[in-house]
This record gives sequence, structure tokens and C-alpha cells, in this order.
Amino acid sequence: MSTLLVSHLNKRFGAFEALRDINLTLQSGEFVALVGASGCGKSTLLRIVGGLETRSNGVLEIDGVGITGPGHDRAMVFQDYSLYPWLSVIENVRFCRGLKAYRGQEANEAVRHADLLLELMGLTRVRNSRPDQLSGGMRQRVAIARALMAQPDFLLMDEPFGALDTQTREVMHDLILHVKEVEKSGILFVTHDVEEAVYLADRVVVLAPHPGHIDSVWHIDLPKRTQDLKLAPEFLHYKREITQRIRATSGMVSDLSVLAALAAG
Amino acid sequence: MGQLSSLEGVKTKPKPVAPPSSWTVRGTLSKPLYRFIALTSFVLLLASWWSVTASGIVDPMFLPSPQDVVSQAWNWATTDNLFTDTGISIYRVMAGFAISALMAVPLGLYIGAFQPVRAFFEPLLEFSRYLPAVAFVPLVLLWAGIGESSKITVIWLGTFFQMVLMISDDVSRVPMSQIEAARTLGATNGEVIRKVLLRSAMPGMFDTLRLTLGFAWTYLVVAEMVAANSGLGYAILQSQRFLQTDRIFVGIIVIGIIGLITDQGLRFIHRRLFPWVKK
Repeated sequence: MSTLLVSHLNKRFGAFEALRDINLTLQSGEFVALVGASGCGKSTLLRIVGGLETRSNGVLEIDGVGITGPGHDRAMVFQDYSLYPWLSVIENVRFCRGLKAYRGQEANEAVRHADLLLELMGLTRVRNSRPDQLSGGMRQRVAIARALMAQPDFLLMDEPFGALDTQTREVMHDLILHVKEVEKSGILFVTHDVEEAVYLADRVVVLAPHPGHIDSVWHIDLPKRTQDLKLAPEFLHYKREITQRIRATSGMVSDLSVLAALAAG
Repeated sequence: MGQLSSLEGVKTKPKPVAPPSSWTVRGTLSKPLYRFIALTSFVLLLASWWSVTASGIVDPMFLPSPQDVVSQAWNWATTDNLFTDTGISIYRVMAGFAISALMAVPLGLYIGAFQPVRAFFEPLLEFSRYLPAVAFVPLVLLWAGIGESSKITVIWLGTFFQMVLMISDDVSRVPMSQIEAARTLGATNGEVIRKVLLRSAMPGMFDTLRLTLGFAWTYLVVAEMVAANSGLGYAILQSQRFLQTDRIFVGIIVIGIIGLITDQGLRFIHRRLFPWVKK
């Protein structure tokens, strides 16, 4: 059981203030989605947690230990182009096993874990295929399996389904919920799709831009997720409320009123 | 559905749909047709060469006929040393090219990996790239003498700088998410370089080497014309002194054929080694 703590975190790029006073905790087994208008800093926050960007100041730690760079306790899944095209599916999944960081770990255990992950992600049939022979959805399954192979405390996902079509996304949503049940990692998930966020997350964090800050946090209290739930009134309620918050913080509302004024002449 | 099914009764001959035109931008062309068109260009070149010489409007001293060139090639191969000349030229190209590649691949990799290395080398290399390698020939003779090393040095000068810059570009084109995925899996800098950058950039590097091998042949001829007593470039220069234009043609065509064969061979190997690269 691990806890990720973000406290009074700020990020500046030169004169540009990207994130201001971010406070967030994430436990193992918990699913938190970051949503917000473009430019709100949700991806920047995820990359800081992943150690790919530095914070300007503030606390970022796992179980009291400060984070100074990337590490396999926080494996990341990207939107696209992150698989290694020269490796087969199973070689991609086992990529981390070849790294020094994993030296000395039980090899038989790892072989079993890789096989289980292939099964879990529905990749057994394409085990020896190359990524370019797979569809976009299957490629993302490989990317997720590769990240899970590191047995991370936290899985960081940066719009992982953003490039997929709607039907494939739905399959991936149910798959990732299943993964969450089995693997027990905490998941921090960036998306611009509110429906996706409400469907997957225990908590949805709305970030607002100029500068990026947490606007509101929504605890999603819904029964077991099924595709039908997406049409249920309580689901739509969350979706509507959160979407309205994002609109209100993005400046879209005032833009529309300007348009209306212009149209009225 | 009901309306659609009523069409089933209509008896019309299905019209064949014309295949898309090969003249669409980025259109397609069948392999046999590609080969046919490619062959046509060679045949046309040969035919116009032959007809110009056969008509007698050009002095054979300026433009020898294809037959003359073929018999000269036969002559050179049987009574003279065409194969030794070709062999020594191939050796020089390979030696100069290999030294360039052995230096350019690691340097290009580090330039593509680390910004401080890039800052140190890139402007320097961009400057060196524009120094005319041919103009260095007198200096190279002074420094390296007229032995094999001077020819190899000229080839190195002509290929190395281009090669490093192109290879560092290949490395820069490795998608950032491939690198970052490795980092978040706990890869060290060295592991990212060996297991991601090098492997991911390899198809591009292979293409870079294939292209720069062409430059190497150009500089070989330059080197052999100035400071050699063997090789195809030397033979071309000798033929000029004795106005043996047909022999000059043989030398040029032999280099062309070697280039075409190695290029096609390397393309074939590229497809075999890197089947995931879509061309």
C-alpha cells in the first residue's frame, strides 16, 4: 500500500506559470482522472509526477520519500508511438526485464507475470507479432502491459486512448477497470474526455488554466461500471456538472456571449 | 431493406470499376509496370546514344559508340587490368567509408543524445561540411603523401561530416515517447542510448550510410585522379591523356554499375533487417 502525495506544488516555465499550488493524494488501488480545458497543465502535472519534468517548488513524494526523477515505481503510458517497433509484443512487454534496475529479481516469477499480463490484456494470440502488425487499440494494450510489467505502485496514463476510435475506447475502458481490480496499482489518468473520466475514475480532478490550478474535485459515487451506466441519469449528472465546470473555467462561455452579441449586430 | 432488395431482380451487367490512375499524386504503380518503365529509361538512353553515334554526326573521339565501349571494356578486362583497377578502387572506397562510419555513428549518436555534445560539435561540423573536400587534396598530399592513406583521407573528408550530421538527425527523429517510456521504466542514460536510441535510429542510419556511400565514390575518383597509379579514377585520367574516350566511358559505366548493384543490395538488406519500416 503506497501513497503518492502532491502538496503545494508549483511549476513555472520561465515567466509562464503553468501550475499553482497543486494538492493531491493518490493511494494504491485508487483511480484519479485529471480533466480540464487545454492549457490547464494536466499533462504537465502528470509528467512532473512521472519525473519527466521538474517541479519549481512544493512537495512530491511517495510514502514520505521525495521524487527526484523518473523511476519504475511510476511507469507511464503515452498516447502513441511509444512501443519499440523492432521488438515483438512479448519482447516489448518484457522490455524492463533487461534493465539494470530489475537485476536480481526472480526470473521465473517474471516469465509468469509476463504471460499473465498477455492473458489479462488479450494479447496471447499476437504474442510474437510486431507492433506495426497490430491495430491502434492492440498497440495500446501492449503499452499498458509493458508498463504493468514493471509492477509500478502508480500507473500514469497520458491520454492513452486519445487516438482510438469510440468502439475501441469502450473496450479499453472495461479492460482498464479490470486491470485496476487485478493489479492494485494506483492510476493517475489524464484525459480531455469527461465521459471517460467519470466512467473510469473514483475521483475526477478538474484543473483550470491561467495559471493551472485545481478547480474542483468530484468523488464519483456510482455502482459497478457497465456500458449501460453511461446513459443512466446519475452518470449524466456527473458528466453535465463537470463539463459545465470545464466550460466555465475555459472562457468558452464568455466567448459564446461575444458571438451572440456579434450575431445580434 | 425492402426497397434495396427489389434491386436484386434487375439484370444488368456489372460495370468493371477502372483501377485508380497511376497519375494521382502519391498514386500506386504495380511492380511489373515499375520495372518496365525503369528498363525503358535505360533502353531509351542506350538507343539515343547508339543512334547519335551511328548517324555519324558526332566525331567518335568526342562520343564513342556503344559497340566501341563494349569492345574497349572487353579489351581492358582481358589484356589489361580492369579487374585489379576495380578491386583497388572498391578497397579504397570501403576503407575510407568504413573509417568514416566507425567515427560518425558513435559521434552522431552522442550528438543526438546530449545537448552539450550537440552544442560543441554541431556548428563546427556544419562549418566543416562546407569546406570543399576537393580543395584539401593538395594539403592531403602534403600531409599524407601519395600512399593509400591519402586517397582514404580524401574519401573520409568527403563523407565524414555529412555522415555525422545526417546520423545525428536520424537519432533526433527517435520519438520522444519511446525515450520517455524507457525512462519511466527505470532505464539509465546508457540503457536509453543502447536499447532505445541506437535501435530505433538504426533503419535511418542504414539509409544514411547507403546515401553517403555514393559520395564516397565521387571523392574516390577525385583522389585517384590526383595521386594514384592504379584504380578506376587513375585509369580515367590516363585515358584522357591518350584521348581514349571509349575507355573513359568504360570507367564511368563500371562505377555506375557498382553503385547501382550496391545500392539495390543495401535496399534489399534494409527491407530484410527492418521489416517494420514502411516505405
